[in-house]
Amino acid sequence: MTETMTAAAQRELTLGEAVRDAIAEEMRRDPTVFLMGEDVAEAGTPFKVLTGLAGEFGTNRIIDTPISEAGFTGLGVGAAMTGMRPIVDIMFGDFVGLIMDQMVNQAAKVHYMSGGKWKVPMVLRTTLGATRRSAAQHSQSLHAWFAHIPGLKVVMPSTPYDAKGLMKSAIRDDNPVVFYEDKMMFRFKGPVPTEEYTIPLGLADIKRAGDDVTIVATSSMVQVALGAAKLLEEIGVSAEVVDPRTLWPLDEQTILDSVKKTSRAIIVDEGYHHYGVTAEIAALIAEKAFHYLDGPVKRMGAMHVPIPFSPPLEDATVPSEKTVFEAARALCNRA
Amino acid sequence: MTTATQSTQSSSATAKRWLHAYRQMVAIRLFEEQVNDLYTRAIMPGLAHLYIGEEAVAVGICEALRTDDYVTSTHRGHGHCLAKGAAPDRMFAELLGKEAGYCKGKGGSMHIADPATGNLGANAIVGGSAGIATGAAFSAKNLGTDRVAVCFFGEGALGQGVLYEVMNLASLWKLPVIYVCENNMYNEYTHFSETTAGDILTRPLGFGVPSSAVDGQDVRAVNAEATNLIERARKGEGPSFLLCNTYRYRGHHVGDVNREYRTKIEEQKWTADRDPIAVLTNWLLAEKHADSAQLEEIQKEVRTEIEAAVKFALDAPYPKLDEVDQDVYA
Repeated sequence: MTETMTAAAQRELTLGEAVRDAIAEEMRRDPTVFLMGEDVAEAGTPFKVLTGLAGEFGTNRIIDTPISEAGFTGLGVGAAMTGMRPIVDIMFGDFVGLIMDQMVNQAAKVHYMSGGKWKVPMVLRTTLGATRRSAAQHSQSLHAWFAHIPGLKVVMPSTPYDAKGLMKSAIRDDNPVVFYEDKMMFRFKGPVPTEEYTIPLGLADIKRAGDDVTIVATSSMVQVALGAAKLLEEIGVSAEVVDPRTLWPLDEQTILDSVKKTSRAIIVDEGYHHYGVTAEIAALIAEKAFHYLDGPVKRMGAMHVPIPFSPPLEDATVPSEKTVFEAARALCNRA
Repeated sequence: MTTATQSTQSSSATAKRWLHAYRQMVAIRLFEEQVNDLYTRAIMPGLAHLYIGEEAVAVGICEALRTDDYVTSTHRGHGHCLAKGAAPDRMFAELLGKEAGYCKGKGGSMHIADPATGNLGANAIVGGSAGIATGAAFSAKNLGTDRVAVCFFGEGALGQGVLYEVMNLASLWKLPVIYVCENNMYNEYTHFSETTAGDILTRPLGFGVPSSAVDGQDVRAVNAEATNLIERARKGEGPSFLLCNTYRYRGHHVGDVNREYRTKIEEQKWTADRDPIAVLTNWLLAEKHADSAQLEEIQKEVRTEIEAAVKFALDAPYPKLDEVDQDVYA
């Protein structure tokens, strides 16, 4: 990690706890911050990420809504325009299909259409990630939809440390920010300082330094890439893992600097392979670092199929340590 | 003696109040006639959805609101914006895509927004502002103010699910929002009876939101009911739904000229017998709150103001090109 942390002031938190910590700190700091969504109060969400918040802040600030995503997201947009800082909780990332008008035609455009007069300081927190055996409507990673839209920011933390620092920045941001959490990583542990910190949106992090190949990985795929990097080390390939942390704003420079150093690039993202994040970052590298490349940029995303239920089928749809390892090995011409 | 003085003052206050409403309605009418002219002469780009015929709704409601109350508007929104206090010169500038416009020319006819008059923005997605208006009411309540929010929408929006989602939320959380349905009888080019099942007024009742209907051509009737509903919302008694029955004199937009989907007889009936400005004029004259000369004087003043506003907009510069990627992010 690029950020320095003093050993004495660290503790281990899960990614879920880190998100909760960030929300609690910001709610203590700013009385206009509130959170609403389905089963967020007493239940603390089905993933238990928000457990305890309703107890501390009351159900006027941690608000259970009806199962009415478009309605409460739209309400969030209006509340954000008029002095509140809502965190809108959409339980499964697949449900964003229900809220797209509110996000794309309303939240994203209010500031521009009003000539910069109205602002929408709102966080939409939701999930991505397959392999939870939840089938086609509870497993998708649709973050690229939002990254496509001017006016929105998209945040993709991959560690508890990043999740906390980025969530605090997202809440303080004056724009609509879509905050993605990998639902398979809520219990993933990592060091988090006890003292307050934020991480600016738009700053990538080199999760592992290396010389032979750059693996740009997002959210759920960062740990996969790090696992692959370990396997690559065993065959003498030194992989650098770059985590953009936010899809928009995108830290182009860190990605390009890494590719220029290693001359090889693999992009790994859990969104669908076609027309998605991997295509965008591959195009960036092709446009701005083409002459540094020793081979084609490799893209790895979810297969172009609805996520199947059957476990062996589902596992085959997303990149794994092994498939990323194989792709890197081939790119580096190692037998 | 005392009684007589009070009565005179009260009568004068009444006259002043309704003459202001008259002025506002005339301003909207003349504004829209200028829009029609600018559009048909190909000076105004884009789309223009005229509010002519529906003036009593916007004015009746907005005359009952405070400047710091919120409104959301629609693609047919010029009337709402003017009634809430927008200035015609900056409105025209926006319609022509000029820098002096309310949104620096970036919004245009369908997106005029103005924080200074509580205008959260006109919205070109039918039913698209229902969430925003309800959210503004949520803020008003949670920040401890007594502001209210009015959500203007046409009867076409009754087909949009999000409207019912937010009505449910507003009722559950007792939010100070008034849903104002302007039934101008046409969902774009389709009569509302072809799109709207059952009785409109029973729909809000299903959520525990009280509903009522008024003659949307009678500004005093609209204003009287709006005043009740706004007071109710301010007192924390929650949302309400007001159906204003009105008529769109012109087409869905300026280019909708022939209007084969309805009869000329129907149009003549509304314009001849139910014109909102004529309805108010007749009452002002009958009650002797004004004479014809006074009303003509108001019309003249408004015409001068509107003409100056058009000139201002025509003379105003376009935004500089480097404005194109400004205001994407705050």
